[in-house]
Parts: sequence; structure tokens; C-alpha cells
Amino acid sequence: MGMITTRKPPFKWHIVVFLAPAVLVYTAIMIFPMIDTMRLALFSSIDNHQVFVGLKNFKTLFGDPRWSEHFWNALGNNTWFFIIHMLVQNPVGIALAAILSVPTLRFAPAYRTIVIIPTILSFVIVGFSWKLILSPLWGIAPSMLDMIGLKSLFHPWLGKEQYALTTLALISVWQFIGIPMLLIYAALLTIPEEILEAAECDGLTGFSQFWKIKLPLILPSIGIISILTFVGNFNAFDLIFTAQGPVAGPNYSTDILGTFMYRTFFGYQLQLGDPNLGATIASTMFLIILIGVCIYLFTIQRRLRRYQF
Amino acid sequence: MNRARQNIFNMIAAHTLLLAYMVLALFPVFIILINSFKTRRAIFRHPLMPPDTDSFSLTGYETVLKQGDFLHYFQNSMIVTVVSLFFILLFGAMAAFALAEYRFKGNSWMGLYLALGIMIPIRIGTVSILQIMVATGLVNTLTALILVYTAQGLPLAVFILTEFMKQVSNDLKNAGRIDGLSEYAIFFKLVLPLVRPAMATVAVFNMIPIWNDLWFPLILAPAEETKTLTLGSQVFIGQFVTNWNAVLAALSMAIIPVMTLYVFFSRQLIRGITAGAVK
Amino acid sequence: MKRSTLRNLLLVSTFLGSVAMANAADVTISIESWRSEDLAIWQNKIIPAFEKANPGIHVKFTPTSPAEYDAALNSRLAGGTAGDLITCRPFDQSLGVYKKGNLADITNLDAMKNFADVAKSAWSTDDGKVTFCVPMASVIHGFIYNKDAFKELGITPPKTEDEFFAMLAKIKANGNYVPMAMGTHDEWEANTMGYYNIGPNYWKGETGRLGLIKGSEKLTDKQWVDPFVSIAKWKDYLGDGFEAQTYSDSQNMFTLGRAAIYPAGSWEISGFNTQADFKMGAFKPPVPKAGQECYISDHTDIGMGMNPASKNPKAAKAFLNWLGTAEFASLYSNALPGFFSLSKHTVKLTDPLAQDFVSWRKDCKSTIRPTYQILSRGTPNLETEMGNASANVIKGTETPKAAAERLQKGLASWYKPQQK
Repeated sequence: MGMITTRKPPFKWHIVVFLAPAVLVYTAIMIFPMIDTMRLALFSSIDNHQVFVGLKNFKTLFGDPRWSEHFWNALGNNTWFFIIHMLVQNPVGIALAAILSVPTLRFAPAYRTIVIIPTILSFVIVGFSWKLILSPLWGIAPSMLDMIGLKSLFHPWLGKEQYALTTLALISVWQFIGIPMLLIYAALLTIPEEILEAAECDGLTGFSQFWKIKLPLILPSIGIISILTFVGNFNAFDLIFTAQGPVAGPNYSTDILGTFMYRTFFGYQLQLGDPNLGATIASTMFLIILIGVCIYLFTIQRRLRRYQF
Repeated sequence: MNRARQNIFNMIAAHTLLLAYMVLALFPVFIILINSFKTRRAIFRHPLMPPDTDSFSLTGYETVLKQGDFLHYFQNSMIVTVVSLFFILLFGAMAAFALAEYRFKGNSWMGLYLALGIMIPIRIGTVSILQIMVATGLVNTLTALILVYTAQGLPLAVFILTEFMKQVSNDLKNAGRIDGLSEYAIFFKLVLPLVRPAMATVAVFNMIPIWNDLWFPLILAPAEETKTLTLGSQVFIGQFVTNWNAVLAALSMAIIPVMTLYVFFSRQLIRGITAGAVK
Repeated sequence: MKRSTLRNLLLVSTFLGSVAMANAADVTISIESWRSEDLAIWQNKIIPAFEKANPGIHVKFTPTSPAEYDAALNSRLAGGTAGDLITCRPFDQSLGVYKKGNLADITNLDAMKNFADVAKSAWSTDDGKVTFCVPMASVIHGFIYNKDAFKELGITPPKTEDEFFAMLAKIKANGNYVPMAMGTHDEWEANTMGYYNIGPNYWKGETGRLGLIKGSEKLTDKQWVDPFVSIAKWKDYLGDGFEAQTYSDSQNMFTLGRAAIYPAGSWEISGFNTQADFKMGAFKPPVPKAGQECYISDHTDIGMGMNPASKNPKAAKAFLNWLGTAEFASLYSNALPGFFSLSKHTVKLTDPLAQDFVSWRKDCKSTIRPTYQILSRGTPNLETEMGNASANVIKGTETPKAAAERLQKGLASWYKPQQK
């Protein structure tokens, strides 16, 4: 041990070699364009010239009710979208992973394969096919409910303000559940046999074993999937765009930050795109996500013990 | 005895649950596939019925095959996805190893810097990215897409892989060092095999948005020669909005290759995960 | 030996020369458009006709779907990779593109002689001095109906609003057909097919539209609220779950023969002709009271301009000039029935349904959609809000009066003439 520390080389070139390719590509293609765009948030276009206006755009976004109403609406919807994912996607994902990791389960590979299939489908396909299934015209959902005598339960969900967002959130859960499942599954498999054997000796099996032994051990992974869900949800855009269009109807009830930003940045129908305010919204989204990630990194993650096997 | 019976009961419950979920997961795909082989009237009249001799029709597929070179689109999508994934995994794992393994000045800042990308919607940088590609003459090449996807995938890859690399035992690496292995050898020979499950996860994670992306192909490489499958089918859906035979056929043709590919690779994927776990 | 080498050399050089010449003469220009549905017609009919008349110029039609068109086009223009020719939406959208320097000034193009000022106004600056797109076509609003169903039910097209609702009630009572195919899911369908369709009869076409621009009329005036009151009554005659019915759902519902009437724009004709297997007719928007003068929305909808960054401006201009010919006018109007040429040439229409629509021009006064010129330049955007309000009114979640007040407040918040 002592030998290694005393022969420390003066400069660790290998660190640079390890980091360089990622940092270069990432800086050139991602960070530079981002900064180039984000700076637009501090400018305004006057007679085709970009004029520096400081924080005026942020003042407009939060101070002018014509913008702030849409912003708070989108933020509220986005939060609800996230809550549904946390309440449905992650628990169900963990449960599926727990069941699938039981060593004696038969057909496990087939199940594993199928759970992930929705995840590999494109938004175009997911949005289109669910729109069809829930469509009042095509009649799949109503006739299926009819078969079990519950036709009265059918509503045109995607067209009703009170249901549309929740319906879309559940579709999104349906699509992405494979990801938490896979991460948790991988984590469950890394739990050493000895620990489980010891637990069995103590009489802990099945559900209680999962609850008392496995769950605490996979907490760090649950932390990761929670933060990934958070980031993913607050960046979400495609599903709502393909299913509801850029105005995120009915009556803006499915408008989330991503669609609000897109509509503002690029425009819609007769509404011209406003890159300056679009960039302002994007910067705000970035701040919200940054705050969330910092809370995770500096409070939650530190409390989760990291296990080394 | 009692416990055995309870086990059987548990197993039945587990299978019932899983089967129900399987039906839910496959239902939309099933609906699209069966209806793509039906006449337009039958699609609307009996959407849940598989095609029979009366309602069987291939008009949708005929329209699709006449219009676009789907095989070529598929090939483009494959190249873009596979090459991007390769670079994401290689560069991402290298950077993650540096962050997880070495204590150097600015380590945590570098970690935060590389993670920033997860938090920004890259789409808003479109115009700048396009200008870079125009300046370097990469517009309408697959290289442009590969560069963007690699950059886009790196933050998440670094984020996840760092987490997993921190869990790799220090004893193992130190033993390697005592045996005289270089840092590169430790990374490639000792650490990489151990984080294979995480690599597989990252691969799945990144494969999906790349394969399914519509936006960057539309902006950076919309030419016929570089069109990806997702873009190809989107153009198609736009062209035949109300011709549902054609739309469903186009969707099926976009689904089938991905599913086949996935079912084929899922074995490797699961094997990767289990191999890493068993050690 | 020597001679043959020489001959070979000569052969090679003539061959190379001809290749070089072909390259010099042959150029390819591309068209940006949101009309993905028309791809086959452009490829098989329109472009071959142009290429035949203009050897050496090749044209590629590269559409983007409507939802992404403006975003994708603006990004490509900014990045310098947009096509040579750009399909123009009317009024402010294209004016914005022109002001950014992304549409060339083509005021003096020869083809412009063939268009009236009214047609050009959709693609000219406010002072009318500069025109930046060649007008291509207008679309007319009205109602398309299932002739077979009407015969079966023994009903005839209505003339007045009362007759219109009486007819809807009759179709509903019969129960075989959904009276009207329309949904509010996509929102723009509600104002475009509903409010703008029947509205001109109430606000007296151009009178009302210009009054709104001048500030002498307000959206809360009776003539602007009444059409909302009228479409609010549509709710009972739409299909089950119309709230979640998309635009293409509506199209399918009608062409499958499930609905008797489709509130339409004439652009639907070519699609409906291939999809529907029953006879179709069209009637114009009913007037509020019998004997009143009628107005129709005859909206300048589509034009084409040139990207100033085009590397082949000559070829692009040749194409734009061709758009002004009688040949194109007839070809386009007949290949895509329902898109009516805006040129001064007389065009003989062969499609009976298109003839129906265009015949209304004789009896009724034409106007364009009220929100398109000037009034959608601010925030909140009147056009977007109009879709939202019309959908709300049809669903019954907002009263006509409340919707009109909200729209007026939004418009007055940025539009000076309305602040008085």
C-alpha cells in the first residue's frame, strides 16, 4: 500500500485519455449549441437584430399573465405527470422485477423480453396505436368494456379535460416501465447469494425477504430510477406532441413544459416562433431540473448507503 | 408441506399477474398487426377480429412498398443506432471510470458538467447544431446523426456507469495494480467485464431514443439516401393520413424489424446482466 | 494504331464533354411543402408536366408533415439547408419568413401579371409594395353530404339556419347516421370547419373582417358571438365521444358512410373521392334568415416563394413563372380538386363536387378567414385561441359569451385599434 502511494507519478495522463473523447464530443455537439441557444433568453429580437435585454424575458414569462398562466399550467401538469410515474411506473416496475428475479420462476426470459417491448416502440407508434384503441370511432375500448358489461365506464378520455393528462401519463408509464424494471432487476441479481441464504436461515422468505432484505439493498437503484424519471418527465414532449398535437388539448389540459417550450420556440399555425421566449422557457426548465437533481445528489443520495460487494 | 403449497399458490399468482401484464404490453402491437392485413371496412367494423378469408387484404403493404425503400431506411437506422451506441458505451465507460476511480481536482465538477446534458432538452440547440453540420459539410450524412446521438447519449451513460463503477471492488483493482497492470488494462480487462449489466442497460436506454428519433433526421439528414426508418414511416403516415390500410402497414413495417432485432438481442442482454451478477 | 488512339481520345473527350454539358444544364431544385398528402400527385402529374416544358430542370417535392412543417422549415432556413422553393402559408406566417430575409422579393416576376391584387394580398407586405409568393390556390368552406343518405332519409340541403337544425334533428331521430362528422380533439378543426365556415354569413364577410382590423367591430359584438351560439348547438348532432375524435377520425367517419354531413373545406374533395363509395354533394353555409345575402369563406390558402439562398435562382424562377401559366392552373385545380387556382386564367373544372363549391362564388360574396391577416401577430395568438374557444364552445365547457369576451380581451391586450 505504502509503495503505491509513494511512487505517485507527477501527472496522470491516463485520466485525460479516459475523459477526453467524451468531454470533446459532448462539449462540441451539446454544450456549445445549448449555450448558444440559451443566451437567446437574455436577448430580444428588435427589427431582426438581437438586442441584449437582461432578464426582461424572464419578467415577461413570470410577470405577464398572458405567459405566466400558461407557464404555471404547464408546470402543474408536468408535476402531475411526474407523480403518476412515481406512483405507478416505479412500484409496478419494482414488483415486476422482484417477481422475475425469483430463481425458480419458469418462462422468466420470455416475460422479461415482453415487458420491454413497449419501450422499444417509437412515440409515433405508441401515440398512434393508443389513440386508435381509445378512439370512440374505432370502438376498441368501448366494445371491450361492453364485453364485460361496463360500457358505461367508457369516456372519450383523450378529449376530456379531467382525464386526458392522466390517460397520457398512464400510456407513458405503459411505454417506459421496462426501464425501471431492468435497472431494478440488474440490482436484484447483484445481491450476493450468501446474504439471501443467511436470510433464509433466519426464516425470511418470499415477500418478507424482499421487504426486509432486498429492498433496502436496492435503495440506491431506486434512487437512480426516481431521478431519471424526474429528469425524463420534465423533459418529456414527444408522446403528448404525437397524441395531442402542439396545442396539447383539450383546452391546454395536457400542456407540459416541453410542449409549451416547443410551441413558443418554433411557433404553431399562425403563431410565429419566438426563439427568445422559447429559450427563456428552456432555461427555466433547465433550472427546475437542476434543482431537482441537486436535491437528489446532495441530500437523498448521501443518505442512501452504498454497498460494495 | 404447507410451505410447498403456499409456494405453488405464489407461483400461480405470479404467472397470472405476469400473463395479464403481457397481454397489456402486447395488445397495441397485436391490434396494429392484425388490422394491417384487413380491408378498410373490416378494420373499422371488427377491429378486434383477426383477418379471415373475406377481410384479408394486402393493399396497405402494396402501397407502402411502392412508395418507399424501407429496406434502405432500415439499413440507415441500423448503422446510426449501432455506431452511436458503440461510441456512447466506449466513451461513456471511459469517462465514468475516470470519475469513479481517480481522485483528482475538479472531479465532482467534471461529473456535474457531464451530467448537465441530461437536464437540457437538446432539441432547442437544433439551429446551432445544424449550423455546425453545415459548416463541416456533414448535412445529409449519417455521421451528423451519429455525432448528435453520441453527444446526447453520453451524459446518461456517464451518470449510470459512474454509479455502477463505484460499486466495483477496490481490492480487485488494487490486486491488478500490484500485478503490474496498466490503468488501461485494469479498465478494459478487469472493470469493463464487471459492469456489463450496467452497459447492457445503458445500451437499451440509449438505443430506444436513437432508433425512434424523428427530429434530427428531419433536420440534419432528410435526404432520401439518409432517411431513417422512423422518418420514412412518418412521411408515409403524413401522406396517407386517412388511408389506414397503408398507415397500419407502414407502422407494422416499422415495428417488425425492431421487435425481431430486440428479441434476438434480448438474449445477449439478459445474458450480459446475469453473467455480471453471477461473477 | 495511332489513328485509333486519336479516335479513342476524341471519343473520350466528346463523351466527357457531353457529360459536362449535361451537368451544366441539368439542375435539380427542391420544394419545401406541408402537403404530404399530395406527394403522389406532384410526382406523377405536376412535376413531369413542368420538366417536359423545361428540359434540364429537375424538381423534387420534399414535404414535411403539417405539424412539423413550420418548425423544420425555419430551422433549415436558419441553417441554410432549406430547399429552393418554399410553399407559403398565407399572410403573417409567410410575412414573418419574408421579414427575416428568407423569402425573395418576386414582385416583378412575369407570372405576377396573371394574378389579381386580392390574390396577391395574402403574400404581400402590408403596404402592398412587395410580393414574395406566387398565389397558388384558395379553398372554400361549406358542407359535404352523403347523397345516398339524404335520398334514403328524404331530405334536401338546407338554405337557412333553422332548416339546417331541423334537418340535423331529423337525421338524429332516424338513427341510421350520425348527423355530422366533426371532433374537437385537434381544436383547429372546431374553428376552421365550424366558426370560419358558417361565420361570414353573420359578420357579413369582408365588412366584418375589415371592421375587426380597423377596430370598429369587436369580437363581443352580436355578429361575432352569434356564430358561436350556432356551433354550440352542434354538440347534440356529433358522434359519441366527439371530444376525443381527431381530424382523421372525422374524415374516416364520413367516408365510411357513418355520418351524413361533413363540415368541410374544399381541399377534402380529392381524398374523399378516393375513399368514399357513395355519391357526395355539397351545400353552402346556411344563412341565418331566409332571403339574406350569403357570404362564403374563399380563403387564399397556399402559395409558393423562392429561398433567396437558392443556388439555382434561375431554375427556381422558371418554376415560379410556370405556376402562373394556364397549364398549371388547369393541371393543379383538376389534379387536386378543391384547390381553386387564384390566377386570372379560366379553368375548366371536371370534378362535380369542386364545381358545386366554385359555383357559390356567383351567388355569394367571398371573404377570407378573419384571423389570418394582421390579427394573429401578437400574444395571445388569436388563431390558436380561436381554436381553443371554438372547441370549448362546442363541448359546452365555455359559453359563447364568455369565449367571445376572453378572445376580445386577449386581442385588445396587444392590438392597438381594439384598445379604444
